[in-house]
Amino acid sequence: MSTAWAASPSELLMRAATKAAGRRRSPIRRRLTLIAGLVMLGIAILAVLLAPVLVSQSPTTIDALHPLVPPLTAGHLLGTDQYGRDILARILYGGRIDLAIAFGATSVTLVGGTFIGLVAGYLGGRVDSVLMRLVDLFFAFPFLVLIIAIVAMLGPSIFNMFIAIWITSWVSYARIMRAQTVVAKKQQYVLAARALGYGPLRVMFRHILPNTASAVIIFSMVDAVGNIILAASLGFLGLGAQPPSPEWGAMISDGQNYILSSWWLATMPGLAVVFVGVAFSLIGDGLADLLRAGER
Amino acid sequence: MTGAPLLTVRDLHSYLATSQGVVRAVDGVSLTVHEAEILGIVGESGCGKTVTCRTIMGLMPAGTLHASGEVIYHPHGERSILSARPAELQTLRGAHLAMIFQDPMTALNPVRSIGDQLLEAVTSHARLSRAEARARAIGLLERVGIPAPARRMRDYPFQFSGGMLQRALIAIALASSPRLLLADEPTTSLDVIIQDQILSLLLELQQDTGMSMILVSHDLAVITEVCDRIVVMYAGQVVEEGTVADIITAPRHPYTQALLDALPQAGQRGQLRSIRGSPPSLIDVPDGCRFAPRCRFVTDDCRSWDTELIETGDPEHTARCWRQHEIERADAWQQEQREQQEQQGSGSG
Amino acid sequence: MSRFGSLPRRLVHLVIVLFGITLVTFFLLRLIPGDPALAILGSSYTHTRAVAIDNFLGLNRPIWTQYGLFMGRLFHGNLGYSFFYNEPATTVISQHVAPTLFLVVYSAVLAALISFPIGFVAGLHRGGVLDQSSRIFFTLSFAMPAFWLGIILILLFSVHLHVFPISGFGSGFIGHLYYLFLPALTIALGFSTVLVRSLRSATIATLQAEFIDTARMKGIRWPLVLWRHVFRNAILAVVAVYGVNLAYLISGTVLVENVFSLPGLGTLLVSSVSDRDYPVVQGVTLLFAVLIVAINLLTDIVQAALDPRVGQEIGA
Repeated sequence: MSTAWAASPSELLMRAATKAAGRRRSPIRRRLTLIAGLVMLGIAILAVLLAPVLVSQSPTTIDALHPLVPPLTAGHLLGTDQYGRDILARILYGGRIDLAIAFGATSVTLVGGTFIGLVAGYLGGRVDSVLMRLVDLFFAFPFLVLIIAIVAMLGPSIFNMFIAIWITSWVSYARIMRAQTVVAKKQQYVLAARALGYGPLRVMFRHILPNTASAVIIFSMVDAVGNIILAASLGFLGLGAQPPSPEWGAMISDGQNYILSSWWLATMPGLAVVFVGVAFSLIGDGLADLLRAGER
Repeated sequence: MTGAPLLTVRDLHSYLATSQGVVRAVDGVSLTVHEAEILGIVGESGCGKTVTCRTIMGLMPAGTLHASGEVIYHPHGERSILSARPAELQTLRGAHLAMIFQDPMTALNPVRSIGDQLLEAVTSHARLSRAEARARAIGLLERVGIPAPARRMRDYPFQFSGGMLQRALIAIALASSPRLLLADEPTTSLDVIIQDQILSLLLELQQDTGMSMILVSHDLAVITEVCDRIVVMYAGQVVEEGTVADIITAPRHPYTQALLDALPQAGQRGQLRSIRGSPPSLIDVPDGCRFAPRCRFVTDDCRSWDTELIETGDPEHTARCWRQHEIERADAWQQEQREQQEQQGSGSG
Repeated sequence: MSRFGSLPRRLVHLVIVLFGITLVTFFLLRLIPGDPALAILGSSYTHTRAVAIDNFLGLNRPIWTQYGLFMGRLFHGNLGYSFFYNEPATTVISQHVAPTLFLVVYSAVLAALISFPIGFVAGLHRGGVLDQSSRIFFTLSFAMPAFWLGIILILLFSVHLHVFPISGFGSGFIGHLYYLFLPALTIALGFSTVLVRSLRSATIATLQAEFIDTARMKGIRWPLVLWRHVFRNAILAVVAVYGVNLAYLISGTVLVENVFSLPGLGTLLVSSVSDRDYPVVQGVTLLFAVLIVAINLLTDIVQAALDPRVGQEIGA
């Protein structure tokens, strides 16, 4: 970005031409990704919230008379599991847990990590060094392993899953935000704000943050996907939601044993994860297209 | 004295498709470079000089170019090389046509050594043993004035200064002994002292090898120092063409005159002379003379005149102005100043 | 000026990180609510053993001493005693290292083999068939949890097509390659999304660089320009991303080992968590972290080898 003003007109012209050639879609089609993602996410949220309306069965009631019913049978659109519990109901109710993690865990780490990165980048010096060493430290651990270890110590439960994610995931945001802030600090608009005598808090939050937020917001979409998968993984390993909670990962784990005969037990919840995951990915991609088109 | 025509460009049009519309960067340019001649192309930023050179070399971004017209490299035959197949172009580039670009800092691969990149050029069109190639490369570096060339072969671009990089680029361009070198603003990103050195180097090399050169610059001073003939470009068109002497002493197009007027003279006092206004859009190209909005000699007919290059009377000197013989240049700028002062005086009165 | 410039500084940094890792791992055990000795011993609890553990871990002494004891034992390769397996934790752990290491390397290689050609060609022919289809493919595969993808692959290739075995490590090098193909592929696919995207945009950016024009101007063949100039530069951006995403890779092994029943560190971690075998949990976590540090160091070295500018940075 800083080299844009130094390029000659012919260079700029050729860059514009190359960009135009590469982007043959009209503005509406470009927004399509974002819209598609939002629609998908909207469907997921609605479905999950309206679960009691959409399915009559409860996700936990055992029906010993109808175990392992295949999908597309009357009354069980997606079939039942080994205890006769309706899969669709379990997916819709289980979705509440996974979506709660996607939003709850991500938003806290987004805010916390961004704040820390902003402060570290802006203040620089020892504060920056200390905070970034801490971040490096966390990056040294494979996230899942660390989270498993934390949950292991605290005891498996949904809430402890939240805590484990909060403790470990803020670092990515901090690192991204810090890098952005360090670059932003040297930009004209920041120097101008400081020359006007604005205090550090104001410069950070009302000047730097709005201009650099796009990177962390786009990343938060990717992170949301990651957190859902993380929650599912913990559930899969038996470390997250405990039975009979219909969390998607736990469902997949249960279904593993029946893979040979009743494939739908493990496949359906996975498709739900993919659906929501793709929704977040598309939103992230769409945002990236939108925000970056504006920046350049 | 220069010889037979080496490269002829006929009615070249080079358009680029952007999101704002089609930019007519080069709109009907014709020029000829003769053997052992240095041709200068001068004009403001955005007038089409760079696009002309890149179109000749076939180095425009893929898929964006709509080029028509002819580019004939005579030693290769009379067919236009614009429509040449990649294999043909590959034979021409390096061994016949070479180019150096404006910013030496970005014109070299940052992760490979200077030596590697030079050797690549040396061996691109000749079968040489490793030792021969290396000797030739070192010789080239020496020839362009890089001290301790053998050692410098192992260095990387980031270890070279801007001036040294440009010298290395010249060495690379000359590696396969091309007959025509296109130099696109080779000194613009360098400081003045280095500028001078590079220009002298280019001149020296040209005289030694007898190759032809097209030197592109927005700086008329640079052009007049080095070139034999000059082409003045404005808004994608050639507006004047002639020998250096003719252009300097008897410029016929108001734009050329204004450019010359704008050159700061040593010992000059007072305001810098500039040309008011700015170049026209190349997307919505106006009818008639494109310089009309900024020309101090403009008449209504100028805006509807279907422009063409007109002989001036001097040999091989043409200008795109139908009023060129009527215009009395003498001290045009001072007269303009006087007129402006008169206007201000009567306006505030 | 050495090409690896700040190597001494990097080593110091490395040591600090390693110390930090030991600190975090040490504190992990302190997270357990209640009496650690009780938790560690579980069903083997006797009062004598509990006292022995208290002394061993220094639980009744200041925290610094405890850490000192911990570090001291660490330097002797003693990671504690696993009451579940009735063996030193180190022994238990070392028996499980091989499959995980093999899987990690295998996945890394597969990921490169998949993503480099696709990413490069997608960048070269932007908007083309490969570009669009790979984008769709990888958006989908990215949203798939590794373990679910593993299950689907098993369903397809092992159950229905009988091409690959469902589980196990196999014997001999070729055996390992065969048995670990599906698990490695599972991890590699998830990993590849980021690599493809990164290489694609690096390729697009590099194609616009002026030195590509210089290379073309020389009159060398286009494939050579692609390899020596475009790819050689675009890959730099990917190396950095590769290293960073290795953490994801490692996490993937935990899940994938579970799905494919591989006797590796991941399986050990999960089982020791449910077995409440805390010393082993601690030891495996530590080992994983050291593995990541090693991988990051390797990435740095590769980057420095490929890019002569790397050692030139001033400051962090």
